[in-house]
Amino acid sequence: MEFDETKIKMSVTRRGFLTTMGVGAAVAVTGRYASGASSDETVMLPEEMAKIRLHVNGRVHRLLVEPRWTLLFVLREKLGLTGTKVGCERGECGACTVLMDNIPRYACMTLAVEAQGFEITTLEGLMKGEDLGRVQEAFLEHDAFQCGYCTPGQIMAAEGLLKDDPEPSPDAIRRGMSGNLCRCGAYTHIFEAVDEAGKRKRGKS
Amino acid sequence: MKNEEKGIYFAEGLAVPETPEPGKDPKPWKETNVVGKSRPRVDGYERVSGSAMYPSDYSLPHMLFGAVLRCPYPNAKIKRVDTRKAEQMPGVRAIISAATPEARVLWPYTPHMKVELFDSHCRFEGEAVAAVAAETPYQASDAVRAIDVTYEVLPFVTDERKAMLSDAPKVHPAGNRVGPTEHYSRGDVAKGFEEADVVLEESYRTECEIHTPMELHGCLAYWDGDLLNIHESTQGVYAVQSKVAEVLDLPLSKVRVMGRYMGGGFGSKLQPGKYTVIAAILAKITGCPVKLFLTREETYLCTGNRPASNMKLKAGVTKDGRLTALDFSVVGSGGAYPAGGTLLVDWLVKDLYLCPNVRTAATDVYTNAGPARPFRAPGHPQGAWALEQMMDALAKAIDMDPVALRLKNIPSYSQARKGNPPYTTTGLAACLKEGAKAFGWEKRRKEIAAEKPNGSLRRGVGMAACLWVAGGGRPPSTIILKLFSDGSVNLNMGASDIGTGTKTVMAMVVAEELNVHTDVIQIEHADTGTTQFATPSGGSKTVPTEAPAVRRAAIHVKQQLLEMAAEQLKADVSDLRFKGNAIVHGNDDAKKVTIKDLKGLKKRGVVVGVGYRGPNPEGKVVNPFGVQFCEVEMDIRTGEIRIVDFLGANESGRVMDRLTFDNQVFGGITMGIGLGMTEVRVLDEGGSGKMLNKNWHDYKLPTALDVSPRMTSFPIELPDPEANITGAKGLGEPVTIPTAAAIANAVYHACGVRMTETPINPTRLGVMLSDRPKEA
Repeated sequence: MEFDETKIKMSVTRRGFLTTMGVGAAVAVTGRYASGASSDETVMLPEEMAKIRLHVNGRVHRLLVEPRWTLLFVLREKLGLTGTKVGCERGECGACTVLMDNIPRYACMTLAVEAQGFEITTLEGLMKGEDLGRVQEAFLEHDAFQCGYCTPGQIMAAEGLLKDDPEPSPDAIRRGMSGNLCRCGAYTHIFEAVDEAGKRKRGKS
Repeated sequence: MKNEEKGIYFAEGLAVPETPEPGKDPKPWKETNVVGKSRPRVDGYERVSGSAMYPSDYSLPHMLFGAVLRCPYPNAKIKRVDTRKAEQMPGVRAIISAATPEARVLWPYTPHMKVELFDSHCRFEGEAVAAVAAETPYQASDAVRAIDVTYEVLPFVTDERKAMLSDAPKVHPAGNRVGPTEHYSRGDVAKGFEEADVVLEESYRTECEIHTPMELHGCLAYWDGDLLNIHESTQGVYAVQSKVAEVLDLPLSKVRVMGRYMGGGFGSKLQPGKYTVIAAILAKITGCPVKLFLTREETYLCTGNRPASNMKLKAGVTKDGRLTALDFSVVGSGGAYPAGGTLLVDWLVKDLYLCPNVRTAATDVYTNAGPARPFRAPGHPQGAWALEQMMDALAKAIDMDPVALRLKNIPSYSQARKGNPPYTTTGLAACLKEGAKAFGWEKRRKEIAAEKPNGSLRRGVGMAACLWVAGGGRPPSTIILKLFSDGSVNLNMGASDIGTGTKTVMAMVVAEELNVHTDVIQIEHADTGTTQFATPSGGSKTVPTEAPAVRRAAIHVKQQLLEMAAEQLKADVSDLRFKGNAIVHGNDDAKKVTIKDLKGLKKRGVVVGVGYRGPNPEGKVVNPFGVQFCEVEMDIRTGEIRIVDFLGANESGRVMDRLTFDNQVFGGITMGIGLGMTEVRVLDEGGSGKMLNKNWHDYKLPTALDVSPRMTSFPIELPDPEANITGAKGLGEPVTIPTAAAIANAVYHACGVRMTETPINPTRLGVMLSDRPKEA
């Protein structure tokens, strides 16, 4: 995604955007739109609801959102996909991790409007009907959680890691999972589960 | 589907534990079919599929979102709250403050110290000032920021070390002492020090630690007429019910609290918060369900902590390793209200090792900071930080192995309790001996001693031991077990599963007794409306409290089935026993009936078994014990430390589920790494008095990269038939007590620097390394 800083500054100044919106949000919104959308959509006022389309777990959802709503809020409170959890809402814990075009992203740091055009996968999207996906299965069998609240994010991070690196070394697993906090401290079992899931995906067990 | 494949029962002919006669205690299990094995969680599917509904996941029609305005100063009086502008904002449906009649209720910080829900005097940063309900959380937080409050900002003290100075601002009018200093004494400490060959004295400090469970604190509250319903992220639904009912002056029956899943608590969710009551009031005023979950920043300020502990320890030992005297003192603060600022910090000094002469003093003071709440093994990790580093230093001073020194001072009874009651079992010696062997303690120490320095890298090993003051469980607990006519089972208990695997362990107990698969056991729990009374899940007491009651309920079911079979087979109950899926006659194989074919069961449709938790053994103490060993590698130029591996040897009676047992051990060690190496609450004592690191970036939890990739759980399983009828003791707390001290001892072993204050991080260790006298 390319940023066009002049455009951001100009549009912000022109519409008085910054007075009510955070800087981070302004950059994020405009940045996404600057990357390809038509020019008359570059700026949205905070009180304007935006019509968006989100591709989530293979379905298209048409939604009316405030520009400041995060993807996390929309997934949980508008689409009922509560597998994605709220931990900090500031990109620290990873409980809200989802895949966007197969790359793990913190849904709390992603505005719903900038999530348009991506294939978004949440924990629910890993299910095959009522059957668990391989990473989910491995987490269950290796007891890779305690309270289970960080688990959806951990599983999504592991999915992303294994898509990027199908045969991760133990060190790559630790690094790949280091963006997700687990206060219960189930890391040891998480490492085992990710390793096992990798093996299963490669068809080795 | 699954049941057709596997059936409800385990293999036919499998031995089922003998059923005692009514009124008699069952014998301990001998060989077990289910208990003690590695069983993935019975609710694992829900947790990994996203279908488990945590309290923060619930959504109801017309639901509003709550948010709380909090005092930004550590000490301030509220002069005026102007909500006019906020009331006009889009989506805002209610604003409550001290001026709202419905919100004029008293919040009991303790039974004797009650304040207004929105008190005009805010004694800590983060105290509640007003609250909003709005249609979206964004609108709620906009409105909170638009409330205009005039504060009279007052002088403050946030550092407990300064709270007793004569010029310190007073947190409460009567001064900054919570009470008189608490003293304990046995024997003659002065005489003990005279008998010692070596006497050492040291000061220690552990920093304040915040629980920060992954799921935020909060609830969804809604009213059905006069019935208040609350989905709360809690460790104990009945604890929430009683406090909310008290504050809102409601009958207990009119407060229904549910918390089937919850995302971690570690002690901070043993009680409701003001937020629970605020949500209930907002829901009442608006007539809508209100979901009120705090922000992460708020959870750092007002949902409890493990207080900082400032400790002094003087210890005497003879050349042959006998402890002669321990003299200990601690100063701590539970914050702005009484909250056990020094609770149990001295317990290990008083009780872990044999020592005839012990004196302790604990001074709890008020500070302008958020009140503490119990945090996983209150007081114990702090006490272990001092005592276990002191033991290490004493061992070095008398040239004895640290494990050997501890082995010379093993008590078989509790010295700190009146009458010196014996422990039902003490696995301390076994944990030390067998743990050391499994870890390769002596071998590694020899290797390290013989090693030449590898550049600036140094290796070291360390260990520390503990007991946990509770962990035996206790009454009350009631369990109701329903056996349906096909043999499948419904288990009803009030206890919460806070992530320790409570539900799984209970299902395993039922499976063991009734010979059914855990898959066919449905568990209803943690709901004051439909499940039985239980104390909150905490204190490492849930398994030893609930499991015996579950076993009794299962036995009660079996006794009734036997009576039905006796009637049907025209036999005597005492001749009948369970075998596989049937009840058979002891002497006559032809006389047998499967459970499904019991006429009595078919007719009644269900058999209900009730189990109560019996009393603990009189005059005895049930405590779990544990020892941890670790190896670190450190760089003496940079102070960076890598934890090479960790071993936890835990004696917690019978292992119920090996998989969740190991998980607890690793989790406890991880949390101990946090206390020892990464976590510290920073308050701006010299400036604003505010917390400077109320987020996970600046307050660092151990991540996947901070824990050792190699961790070993080494259970020491001693039969403990006296503890309770399952023989299980608590585990969740002992697993985190010795960790920080073990790391400190390993660091000392590696580089000769004694880190007496947490956290041991490169910044602080680097300073210590450069300050020490240079090696020749």
